[in-house]
Amino acid sequence: MKKVINDPNKVVQEMLEGFLYAHGNVYKKTPNENGIYIENEKKQVAVITGGGSGHEPLFFGFVGEGLATGAAVGNVFAAPTPNTIMEVTKAVDAGKGVLYVYGNYSGDTLNFDMASELAEFEDIHTATVLVNDDIASASKEEAHNRRGIAGDVFVIKVAGAAAAEGLPLEKVTEITQKAANSTRSIGVALSPGSIPSTGRYTFEIAEDEIEFGLGIHGEAGIRTEKIMEADKLTQIMMEYIFDDIEITEGDEVCILVNGLGSTTLMELFIVNRKVTEILLEKGVKIHHTDVNNYCTTQEMAGFSITLMKVDEELKTYYDKPAYSPYYFKRG
Amino acid sequence: MTNKTNSTSNILTVEQVNNMFIYVGEKVIESKPLLTDIDCAIGDGDHGIGMEVGFKNALEKLEANNYDKINDIFAEIGKAMIGNMGGASGVLFGTLFLSGVKGQEKIEQLDVATLSAIFQNSLLGVQARGKAEVGDKTMIDALSPAVNALREANENKLGLVASLRNASEAAKRGVEDTKVLVAKFGRAKSLGERVIGHQDAGATTISIIFESMQNYVEELEKKGELLNV
Repeated sequence: MKKVINDPNKVVQEMLEGFLYAHGNVYKKTPNENGIYIENEKKQVAVITGGGSGHEPLFFGFVGEGLATGAAVGNVFAAPTPNTIMEVTKAVDAGKGVLYVYGNYSGDTLNFDMASELAEFEDIHTATVLVNDDIASASKEEAHNRRGIAGDVFVIKVAGAAAAEGLPLEKVTEITQKAANSTRSIGVALSPGSIPSTGRYTFEIAEDEIEFGLGIHGEAGIRTEKIMEADKLTQIMMEYIFDDIEITEGDEVCILVNGLGSTTLMELFIVNRKVTEILLEKGVKIHHTDVNNYCTTQEMAGFSITLMKVDEELKTYYDKPAYSPYYFKRG
Repeated sequence: MTNKTNSTSNILTVEQVNNMFIYVGEKVIESKPLLTDIDCAIGDGDHGIGMEVGFKNALEKLEANNYDKINDIFAEIGKAMIGNMGGASGVLFGTLFLSGVKGQEKIEQLDVATLSAIFQNSLLGVQARGKAEVGDKTMIDALSPAVNALREANENKLGLVASLRNASEAAKRGVEDTKVLVAKFGRAKSLGERVIGHQDAGATTISIIFESMQNYVEELEKKGELLNV
């Protein structure tokens, strides 16, 4: 493993220090724990996301105007503690309540649920929307067990926009849940990322093989194949999505082609070319496309395709302006 | 598996319990490479790191050794884990210690009956939070048999050494049992049948905790420092 780090046990702390040197004019850090937030100046419902580190710019890179209000930052691939989540919660709550939006992993739900109980003791109302967009991680019948991957981006975007409209917690939750319900992703892995503190790789894969549906922490996928051309690969992935959610002529979608760390933008655009052609051929209208590295796993190679099926309501919130140093949307 | 060699009623003082958990913490920290290996096979490899963080923080508190009741020792370890570890393990192992003494009267000495009651509460607490049952390939697969062994030991009026020996052996068998199981929780869940043949990391830590408690109390007995009432 080659990494540009100092003490492997201090990577999160040192990353945040460097992040704040760069963007301390926008962000604040909670005093005792690894929480990143912006001031809730307009006294709206606050949106908090979070999860393990190692996926940058998720999660704290999606704190910003029209996005999340705060992020609880865990150790590498480990959910943040209830104390961290609670500290961020207290920092951003303006008395309107807090919506937790995060990927559906046991560690995250345990810690966020515990924070939610602690928050109730302090009369802070919380609600939760779990992102479970990864269709490879469980069957359609077991969709509630699916993990969250790059779909976090769309769901956080919509949550932040709904909160910025000044809507009450119940309504922000309802719209955000709708975004989560409308979002599907599938990924493919080419080579693993490594964990700074152990120096180990997150999974093993043969040099000439790829794995469909492999999770962002190395969770096993659904199918291993020899490496193939981008168009064929994209075609297979799109079929998985179409088998899971009905997307037909006249429907509208937002696309995110997300790189996992070391796959180049060149490759991601080649994928997006095929994704777009397949959709247009079906008569599907593309509302917006994003090609970027948002949800990464260190130096892992591979990518995911995310589609969010949008109606007028979701489009309204998706189209609102948003800004962070790692994500922007013009109004 | 009853062992009636110790029929007197042994107790541990507050200070001995404190030192016992310092010993337990050191043993778990020493096991980090083992836990990392086990977790890398079917999880994401961070269980050993997490347990080290949790116990290191707990040991910093325990080393001051100034508690006047056993409840505070358990609570301190639990809070250190929940507050510092993160991940599923932080909440679940923290809950193991915290829920054990939640709502309990002041405990100034630890006998088999109290030990059994504490870990019975721990089991209930962890299950309420984590929702796992025996057979799901989690820490419960080691904890539940250990708790049953403690309860039986108490019913059979065994001493502390024999009780902890039985609990430790039960936990070890529970770890062995996890090898044939498919996981229902955590990241191992997505591996399906591929996890068969591998033991669960959380169950392994439970087994190390009970084995270390057993070893510590055996050592006290050897030195003639185990008190009887």
